[in-house]
Amino acid sequence: MKKRFRLRPALVLCKRNLIKITRTPEQLIDVTLQPIIFLLLFLFVFGGAIAHGSRHDYLQFLLPGLIGQTIAMSSVSIGQNMNADIAKGVFDRFRSLPIARSVPLVGAVLADFFRYLLLCVILVGFGYALGFRITTSPTLLLAALGISICFALAFAWVSLWVGMTVRTAGAVQGVMFLLIFPLSFGSNAFVQASTMPGWLQAFVNVNPLSHLVSAVRGLLLGGPVGTQIGWTFAWIAGLLVVFFPLALRGYIRRT
Amino acid sequence: MTELAIEATGLAKSFGETKALAGVDLAVRPGSVLAVLGPNGAGKTTAVRILATLLRADAGTARVNGFDVRTQPGKVRESIGLTGQFASVDEDLTGTENLVMIGQLLDLSTRAARQRAAELLAWFDLTEAAGKVAKNYSGGMRRRLDLAASLVGRPQVIFLDEPTTGLDPAKREDMWDVVRSLVGDGSTVLLTTQYLEEADALADEITVMDHGRVIAHDTPNGLKRVVGGQRLTVRPADPARHDDLLGVLRDISGQAPEADGRGTVTVPVDGDDVLPDVVARLRAAGIAVDEFSLHLPSLDEVFFTLTGTRSRDNDEEALV
Ligand SMILES: Nc1ncnc2c1ncn2[C@@H]1O[C@H](COP(=O)(O)OP(=O)(O)OP(=O)(O)O)[C@@H](O)[C@H]1O
Ligand SMILES: [Mg+2]
Repeated sequence: MKKRFRLRPALVLCKRNLIKITRTPEQLIDVTLQPIIFLLLFLFVFGGAIAHGSRHDYLQFLLPGLIGQTIAMSSVSIGQNMNADIAKGVFDRFRSLPIARSVPLVGAVLADFFRYLLLCVILVGFGYALGFRITTSPTLLLAALGISICFALAFAWVSLWVGMTVRTAGAVQGVMFLLIFPLSFGSNAFVQASTMPGWLQAFVNVNPLSHLVSAVRGLLLGGPVGTQIGWTFAWIAGLLVVFFPLALRGYIRRT
Repeated sequence: MTELAIEATGLAKSFGETKALAGVDLAVRPGSVLAVLGPNGAGKTTAVRILATLLRADAGTARVNGFDVRTQPGKVRESIGLTGQFASVDEDLTGTENLVMIGQLLDLSTRAARQRAAELLAWFDLTEAAGKVAKNYSGGMRRRLDLAASLVGRPQVIFLDEPTTGLDPAKREDMWDVVRSLVGDGSTVLLTTQYLEEADALADEITVMDHGRVIAHDTPNGLKRVVGGQRLTVRPADPARHDDLLGVLRDISGQAPEADGRGTVTVPVDGDDVLPDVVARLRAAGIAVDEFSLHLPSLDEVFFTLTGTRSRDNDEEALV
């Protein structure tokens, strides 16, 4: 006789997380300052060398890539926060209430929606200030942000699973970075895959971040996107199917 | 449906090598108060957490409000309110936000949740602090907010794990009144405590635990009959009069007084009727006193009577 999942309790706990963010806005650094710094670093350090000297061309190429990379980077905090959060007394309270076990985790992921939205707005907005231009339409821009946020919310379950599995919040970051660095640099986020050796191209071509970045690129700059969107949603479904149960099991075990 | 509000049989739970519970039976009638009395490490918290569905027992069965804690945890959670030993409020939220959140999680409408929050904050004297984050509350305020949080859903069965630990004497009395009024409204309460005095003041029945076992179960009066009723404790102003004092107290109670080595003498007495007599005799003998008090046996004395050994701190013992 398990309690069935309902949305309202998850929204209530989503609000709890949002209140906590307003009390300590420093929590937003990874979705505000961090993407700006990455954008500046990549554009001005590597931009000249990579796109045969045209910084503008590189910016057009880089921005969709950065959306993918910073989404992966910002997923670290949900696992880290939850790892610290469940040690607190209030989780005893949640567990003694008649709500589904998954509610605290789902609530945290829902709150992350707003963080990722902020991240997308800041990246695109700041990119615009530096000269980035979409060549498609505002509708496709929204579609690109939508698919990015969907991917981010699915990827958050990987972080939650790590957060429920390793012992300390610090270790969450360590483990997640081991995963995120190969994924974000072993992708087409920063350079064309065609410049890489064959064995690496094989990895880049199955990397979920590559699919996301290609889809976003197509939606913002034009070109065929159907296949890449398909792959991205396949990965989103795959991540959810595998990591939602794993994270939930870790959470229940932990408590 | 059983007619008991809480019924546990043969509960056992081990943490690695530590046997926290080794076959515990508990029974609480609806609308009554059971006090579980025991020293540190007796297994009180473990038992409460199993009954509140936070922990799974290794063996044994338990029903709360007629529902099995193992197979119907959802139903149990709908019936209970839990105030754990350590405050389970959200430190980053205000008092109001904490209570409204619980109300909404319990499926109250937002308006009803706000109303209930305001009502409870007023009852627990927290109205002024309602808008402050719980991080900045004193220990006692946090404890009261925690208790308020466990009452949001008007639960039928309430678990209070050492509810008065860390409260000053006045707030302790307030807490006792809260418990009495909850029972007056028809709730069933299981509370744990380390004080016989508290169990005596609140409980209809007392279960004494030690080392994960029940070593006695009785009404407060029944238990007092076994462990002896009140104790009179006297300390002479002049340590030299210690032996004279022993003589006076022995005459009065007919039993051997106990000296604690720090100048204080304790003797069992039948009730407060003896007090005028004691005072008169002390005056006649010219013995001035620093301390003169009538109280129920301490947990230590209860254990001495029940088990023949001093209740040591189980945690400390485990370290040796
Ligand atoms: N999570 C745990 N992991 C390991 N050992 C535990 C755990 N919880 C309790 N114990 C052990 O089980 C025994 C009973 O602990 P419990 O907390 O139930 O005692 P208690 O009667 O509540 O004590 P206190 O008065 O100190 O609160 C103790 O020896 C304790 O060390
Ligand atoms: Mg305890």
